[in-house]
Amino acid sequence: MAELSEQNSASGESASGAAESAFSGSFAAYTAGLAFALLLTGASFLVSQTSLLWAPGVAAGLAVLAIAQMGVHLVFFLHIGTGSDNTNTVLALAFGVLVVTLVVSGSLWIMANLNANMLPPSAIMEMQR
Amino acid sequence: MSAQAASVALAGQPGAMPASGGGPAPVRIVVAYGFWIFLLSDIIMFSALFATYAVLSGQTAGGPSGHDLFGLRHVGVETLCLLFSSYTCGLGVLAIERRYLTGFYLAFAVTFALGASFLGLEISEFAGMIARGAGPSRSAFLSAFFSLVGLHGVHVSAGLLWLAFMVAQTIAKGPRDFVRRRLLCFSLFWHALDIIWVALLTLVYLMGAR
Repeated sequence: MAELSEQNSASGESASGAAESAFSGSFAAYTAGLAFALLLTGASFLVSQTSLLWAPGVAAGLAVLAIAQMGVHLVFFLHIGTGSDNTNTVLALAFGVLVVTLVVSGSLWIMANLNANMLPPSAIMEMQR
Repeated sequence: MSAQAASVALAGQPGAMPASGGGPAPVRIVVAYGFWIFLLSDIIMFSALFATYAVLSGQTAGGPSGHDLFGLRHVGVETLCLLFSSYTCGLGVLAIERRYLTGFYLAFAVTFALGASFLGLEISEFAGMIARGAGPSRSAFLSAFFSLVGLHGVHVSAGLLWLAFMVAQTIAKGPRDFVRRRLLCFSLFWHALDIIWVALLTLVYLMGAR
């Protein structure tokens, strides 16, 4: 498959061959993605501005909506799906998600612990005497 | 599929062929994959600033908080600008793949206009905050806010420059293979900026304005 595609691209006719591969989509995919993204953005604004959700759950609701919208963008705009030549792309994405999770949750965890174990400023002044 | 079947028939091995047995991938696939790795590293850089913002968002040092500063109507218009520019950018790449140049120029002109509107709105928001004495030196919260949102704005500015450059290159060289590969990379960059904006909108503006 690869050899034939390369011959196609050498002769300048790769458009039809690359149409089904990673990172290239269709008009229908983009339009569906736009519709889903508009819906999820609208829902995010609605949830944050009204008392539709139980107040302590609003942050979790917003996080869920944001992650869903990122998924919509990845699938419909960046066209990362389950196709056979998507394996490397998805593996790289999975590693990226792992690193982002470690950086964000690790920072929050460590800083929350530091905050909790911090002496109040008056006690530090006392120790310096 | 027919190409794969033909290739398998050429190799004389009926049945499933492993991905590694297919020979080198087309240049377009390799370039897009390499650019995807770059985008993921860019997102990891953003994640460090997101973590910083999440840690510092409460440290207002007696200054204004997100609730006092953020106007959600303003932010909503910014979000729509970026979302629709992502859409028209994708349509432009579809048009150039079909050698439909008029459609490509139209789509990328709209993309540029929407991206520039986003940037204008963001700059006016920053200028308004600084004029109210809520500049980046006011508190840790505002330092983190200006770094995170400002870095996204810098990315959008770089994207607009790249967009203008790519349109000029398309005019000069036509829709040749390497021009279309670069346009594909640009569209991936632009979509990734929209993904980062979704996280930014939720964490900074929607959670901060409550």
